[in-house]
Amino acid sequence: MKLSEVKAILNAEFLAAETDDLNINTACGCDLMSDVLAFVKDQSLLLTGLINAQVIRTAEMMDIVAVCFVRGKRPPEDVIELAKKSGIAVLTTEYPLYTACGKLYEKGLGGRGSAQTL
Amino acid sequence: MLKHYEISGTDFSAAGEASSNFKLILKQLGLPADIVRKVAISMYEAEINTVIHGGGGTCDAEISDKSIVISFNDNGPGIKDIDLAMKEGYSTATDTVRELGFGAGMGLPNMKKYADDLQIKTTPGKGTTVVLTINL
Repeated sequence: MKLSEVKAILNAEFLAAETDDLNINTACGCDLMSDVLAFVKDQSLLLTGLINAQVIRTAEMMDIVAVCFVRGKRPPEDVIELAKKSGIAVLTTEYPLYTACGKLYEKGLGGRGSAQTL
Repeated sequence: MLKHYEISGTDFSAAGEASSNFKLILKQLGLPADIVRKVAISMYEAEINTVIHGGGGTCDAEISDKSIVISFNDNGPGIKDIDLAMKEGYSTATDTVRELGFGAGMGLPNMKKYADDLQIKTTPGKGTTVVLTINL
């Protein structure tokens, strides 16, 4: 799925993005950064309600290409600047985490494997 | 190549700067993506621990032909029970740290998962040294 489709499905707004032509292969919805660090997949999107700098740092370590903040949250400007510096796209959507994940999953954007492999 | 980093114990927003810088160096050296990621994740978890538990400290990262060895040193309270600390879900982190997305008791287990070797030397009341080795 393209990042532009993610934006459309979530009726989201870009806070930082060099391009919306990125491929998003998997997504992860999580507020626990250590759990995100246990999740390894390329070209991922992270959906979260946390808005501190460590969300961007975590994304950077995991090569996560885009972060979408849920429930209309907007991180402080320094967090957006850190994302720009790291080349990570940032979006914000009014949908809560569960609904945002469900909408993307419904349109074919999967998570990481089945329950048995997690 | 040897890199030295000072880790602040008070500025949580700066936590991860050393890992970020070292990851960039590894990428510039052209190391394989899976190695870079193993280093980045284990180093970042250790760096976060140095900030939230150790009260800050130092980090020395060395790249040689065979391995990458990263050592974190702090003068914090130490780990009372290492076996307990290695268990997923066990944490002594404060509520403030938990609100920031950490303190879920996954730090040391994640380090063990991603590093090829993890050594911990700790003395309660004096501090902790964590050494991560990733084979090349």
